[in-house]
Amino acid sequence: MDELTNMNRRELLKTTTGMLTGLVVAGSPFALVARGPAWAVDLTALTSAEGTELMAVARTIAPHDKLDDAAYAMVIRAIDSDASKDENTRKMLKGGLAALGPGFAATVENDRVAALKKIESSAFFQAMRLKTVQVLYATPIAYAYFGYEGEAFSKGGYLLRGFNDLRWLPEVPLQDSGPMPVSS
Amino acid sequence: MAHIDLHNSSAVVIIGSGAGGGTLAHELTRRGIKVVLLEAGKRQSTETFSQVPGEAFLQLTWLDARTQSGNWGVARDFPSLPVWHCKTVGGTTVHWTASAPRLQPWELRVKTTYGDVAGASLIDWPISYEELERYYEIAERRLGVTRRNGVPGLPASNNFKVMYAGAKKLGYKQVHTGHMAINSRAFDGRGACIQQGFCVQGCKMGAKWSTLYTEIPRAEATGNLDLRIESTATKIEHGADGRVSAVVYRDGQGKDQRQKARLVCVAGNAIETARLLLLSSSSKFPQGLGNSTGQVGRNYCHQITGFVWGIFDKPVYSWRGATLAGVVEDEVINEPRRGFVGGYRLELLTLDLPTFPLVGLSYGWGRDFASIMESYKNMAGMFINGEDLPRADNRITLNSNVKDAYGLPVANVHVDEHSNDQAMRIHAQGQMSKLYDAIGAKRIILGPTPPATHNLCAARMSADPRDGVTNAWGQTHDVKNLFISDGSVLTTPGAANPTLTIVALALRQAEYISQQMKTRRI
Repeated sequence: MDELTNMNRRELLKTTTGMLTGLVVAGSPFALVARGPAWAVDLTALTSAEGTELMAVARTIAPHDKLDDAAYAMVIRAIDSDASKDENTRKMLKGGLAALGPGFAATVENDRVAALKKIESSAFFQAMRLKTVQVLYATPIAYAYFGYEGEAFSKGGYLLRGFNDLRWLPEVPLQDSGPMPVSS
Repeated sequence: MAHIDLHNSSAVVIIGSGAGGGTLAHELTRRGIKVVLLEAGKRQSTETFSQVPGEAFLQLTWLDARTQSGNWGVARDFPSLPVWHCKTVGGTTVHWTASAPRLQPWELRVKTTYGDVAGASLIDWPISYEELERYYEIAERRLGVTRRNGVPGLPASNNFKVMYAGAKKLGYKQVHTGHMAINSRAFDGRGACIQQGFCVQGCKMGAKWSTLYTEIPRAEATGNLDLRIESTATKIEHGADGRVSAVVYRDGQGKDQRQKARLVCVAGNAIETARLLLLSSSSKFPQGLGNSTGQVGRNYCHQITGFVWGIFDKPVYSWRGATLAGVVEDEVINEPRRGFVGGYRLELLTLDLPTFPLVGLSYGWGRDFASIMESYKNMAGMFINGEDLPRADNRITLNSNVKDAYGLPVANVHVDEHSNDQAMRIHAQGQMSKLYDAIGAKRIILGPTPPATHNLCAARMSADPRDGVTNAWGQTHDVKNLFISDGSVLTTPGAANPTLTIVALALRQAEYISQQMKTRRI
């Protein structure tokens, strides 16, 4: 019960500890789904500097050069949220950043890869890898970037929206496929 | 809906509402038999299915803890999720991909066909294919399976066009859009498939057969079904005569309830079915119910799987369309010259973008991992569904070191792959690689073995009680009024996706149970 009270108090007292920000690049896939010209993500356990370092970790784990920083910021927001609820996660992140040393984000990719390889078996790296893979590709920004169209029920499925529009291979004979259903 | 009193000992209690339990509930209630159907999960509907893949996974999946051991890849790659099945009304028929092929006649006679295989506990089924065939026919009509009974096949998706072209280059003959329990035209009050590609998230169209919106509402309409959701069975009790007499379960409020029963049918998907039998030990049955010969939980099979992804120069958009509507059946043969016994299917498959890197790819990060992801749009996918060999020590046991929310030991899933399993996977992934290579794939990627979705054989039917848990009707050898009604009873798995067989066996079991009840044998 005390734990619950403390948890509630912690939630109430929760204040912004940092922020990640960026601009939306006009014409980028992100611009298709962004709601304004700039974005900002509040952090509630990590500092802005820590957030920036972790973003570099996420980008090294899943390097998509033209994928907007905002997608990676979603990863950091998710792990920051975990850290604000769980002291062990916060300590683990801080410890991991300390192990990487200052200026990780500013180094070239080969050096970042080498630094991460050294700590690959750590809980910090494994948590960052899993979180990156879990969150990054589930963002609307990533959907737009990879050209993934997601759910289609709300649009009547892909039946009339390209499920069989591939033309660089022969068509399948009817006996091995089937007729298009006619809506009643 | 019926309201059956907890002290009413005349009803049949079925545990689990999936392909086996849901079908059985309908079949018994329409014959006038009162049924209490206990379902651990909640009730969703085509309206409530989430269309966010991560949310859908949490909405439908059985997430209670399990542990695992053994040399199979799942233990390494998915340590906290050995198996992937559902906890919701309709069970795993809510997330299944609706492939509904039959077993081949020889697949019911593997001991005779393969002979002695060292390290495998092969037995023949106690029923013949000819016996099962009549029920396959009923099941196919019930489910509206494509390419049966004049039902047209599903139209070919982009992903299938790739598979088809490659398969034909390799000389395969039996290549088509599959025997699918997905409406290729409106049928049974449900619409035709609109190729949305979200089969696994729960079909919002209802075009895919699921007991959730077919068998269960029909059972309710008889007035003989009492469906209790969020009700987790924790123990089956018996009387002094050794017959089962009641099921103890936790209700949605976390309270223990005890439902008396004339007869109990367990259909909790193989892992929980075996676990419940083991949890139900007593002074009379110290090893657990139905376990006098120590067979409960043994011979667990999951069918051999493994992804292959082909990356091409041009887009495939593999996510558009029914997830698994495509198959190559030429390898469903027993041809030991391939280096293994038993057969496998090549099956079409794709994974949505968020799920693909989590389930479809082996562990990785950095530039190479990212380059695969960058090719997602240009990627075609397949996997195999092959027969794994039963082994006595591949088994479900209770792990007393890890407890669930009720303080009961969780199930441990132990799988040591037989060398035959490994040889089959290598052969199949080789064939799939050749298939994509034959039509100019730029890169071919072999994926991991995903958490098992076909959980089978852990309370298998056997002619001899020393070899299995039930007789040819899923009736336990030890306890006359205790039945097993899910994939646990398959004697061996064969290479067919199991749901159609589970439904066929449930139809057959329902006939048997109602006859036995009528003649007062049970």
